[in-house]
Amino acid sequence: MTAEAATHVTAASVVDAFARRHRFHWAEALPWIVAIGAFFVFPDYLALGAQILATILFGLSLDLILGYAGIVTLGHAACFGTGAYVAGLLAAHGWGEPVSGLLIAALAAALVGFVSGAVVLRTQGLTLLMLTLVVATMLYEAANKANTITGGADGLSGMDVWPVLGFHFDLYGQTAYWYCLVTLFLCWLIARCIVHSPFGRSLTGIRENERRMHAIGSPVFWRRLTIYTIAAALAGISGALISQTTQFVGLGVLSFDRSGAILIMLILGGVGWLYGAFIGVPLYMIMQDRFAAVDPVYWYFWIGLILVLVVVFAPSGAYGLGDRLARALRRRA
Amino acid sequence: MSAAALETRALSMSFGALRVANAIDFRLEPGARHALIGPNGAGKTTFVNLVTGALHPSDGQIYLEGSDVTALPQAQRVKRGLVRTFQITALFRGLSVLENVTLAVGERLGTASDLLRPSGRRRAVIEEAFALLERLGIADEALRPVRELAYGRQRLVEIAVALGLRPKVLLLDEPAAGVPSSETGTIIDMIEQLPAEIALLIIEHDMDLVFRLARRITVLVQGAVLVEGAPEAIAADPRVRQVYLGERERA
Repeated sequence: MTAEAATHVTAASVVDAFARRHRFHWAEALPWIVAIGAFFVFPDYLALGAQILATILFGLSLDLILGYAGIVTLGHAACFGTGAYVAGLLAAHGWGEPVSGLLIAALAAALVGFVSGAVVLRTQGLTLLMLTLVVATMLYEAANKANTITGGADGLSGMDVWPVLGFHFDLYGQTAYWYCLVTLFLCWLIARCIVHSPFGRSLTGIRENERRMHAIGSPVFWRRLTIYTIAAALAGISGALISQTTQFVGLGVLSFDRSGAILIMLILGGVGWLYGAFIGVPLYMIMQDRFAAVDPVYWYFWIGLILVLVVVFAPSGAYGLGDRLARALRRRA
Repeated sequence: MSAAALETRALSMSFGALRVANAIDFRLEPGARHALIGPNGAGKTTFVNLVTGALHPSDGQIYLEGSDVTALPQAQRVKRGLVRTFQITALFRGLSVLENVTLAVGERLGTASDLLRPSGRRRAVIEEAFALLERLGIADEALRPVRELAYGRQRLVEIAVALGLRPKVLLLDEPAAGVPSSETGTIIDMIEQLPAEIALLIIEHDMDLVFRLARRITVLVQGAVLVEGAPEAIAADPRVRQVYLGERERA
């Protein structure tokens, strides 16, 4: 097909090729079919399922900044944790309406992203990496100190989350599952729209060659800050989903572990193609759940081992594996 | 005297004790075909970086069509028509040739900050970018990733990206660097066909290219202007022969 295209490239054909890029592909329905199927196949695991769905959203938000804009962060939990605490505090202080809670959490997290981004995005490379870590650590310690508000190391309890659009949160986690699934779906639509927009393409340009983006007159700093803020809001929604569905917020939501783990999950699934989180997060969380059941003491060792294997044999994660497989098949044909 | 397309006055810059630009006074006339030459380390690329805003001068001013742009960030200067290409190809290597140019065209038209409508539906942007590729004879490669192209063709994409910004002043930093001599001709032809109203400044080592294209030459040595004049005068200047042309002296 490429050979054919190379000899007959016309304005009409390239316009058509570009117009096809953002059309929905049937494979994009797969995660949603699997998610809906899992609801019926694993009714006993819905609580875990809801956590996975919310964490996918966290990974998706990280992919926007890491995979598209090329911003490496070790502090994405700052936004996640802000969302979690804001939603938790609202519900603990008399406003348990979940949807508005999500939106307020998103705004708060976006504010954290915007303010911290305005500072840290002026730097690059290792400095940027360290500063993102610093922001998350500062928030962590602030939440730890403010124990009259956050409950400190004991965590925030006493949350009362109201029914979501009339559905009560049940013990089996059915409502939680659907709530997370629908929220994830809507956020995915937003993320998908962004990466295919001219703005999203310019982010890819920044990732590919920042110097050239400056030279074609692109306001690189503002582009980065914009996506950093949007990703912060999505991470905040993700944190809020977790605190609302578990009715508890602990300091762990702001921890380095949280920032590091999501990075690992995203790398497992592949960075920069929007679906890395949909593969990496379930893979990691199900492994974690199973390993912890089999080997409660050393489960982290097994995760580490698998990670080493992935980095050695499939450095681009599941995406790279799939891509290589597809190429091998095409060569056969 | 009408305003120069580009002018620098006493432009200076030092890295510590090292003066890489020493009070450079330079004028690029509208529609000029001007070459900037000089031995390695003369400060040619530093000069380009200063003029475009990638570096900040320690002293002196830069004027674009008569207005002072010394304090403007790089992106603002691009919006006013000051555009450069890179000596070492600086493209979006993983993206298609066409996408490289659409990014530039999109920035110029202001569509690049749009978050909502898919980029694939911006027909005007895509068609304009494609027309540029046709003009440069690389339309057949429009959908291939830049990194798969031969280096000579990448140099053409480099220029296509710059032209997508509709420059008034175009700084070509060694446009033929790294290109096999058999393909230099294509690049020279292409530069000759650029619209006459673009003021061109060519930074180059390749003397064939310089003497074929330039109507005026400035020689830079150790961060300062040694001499400026018509090509014949420069070729005949003994100082230039001594510092630069050396054994490659032209008959």
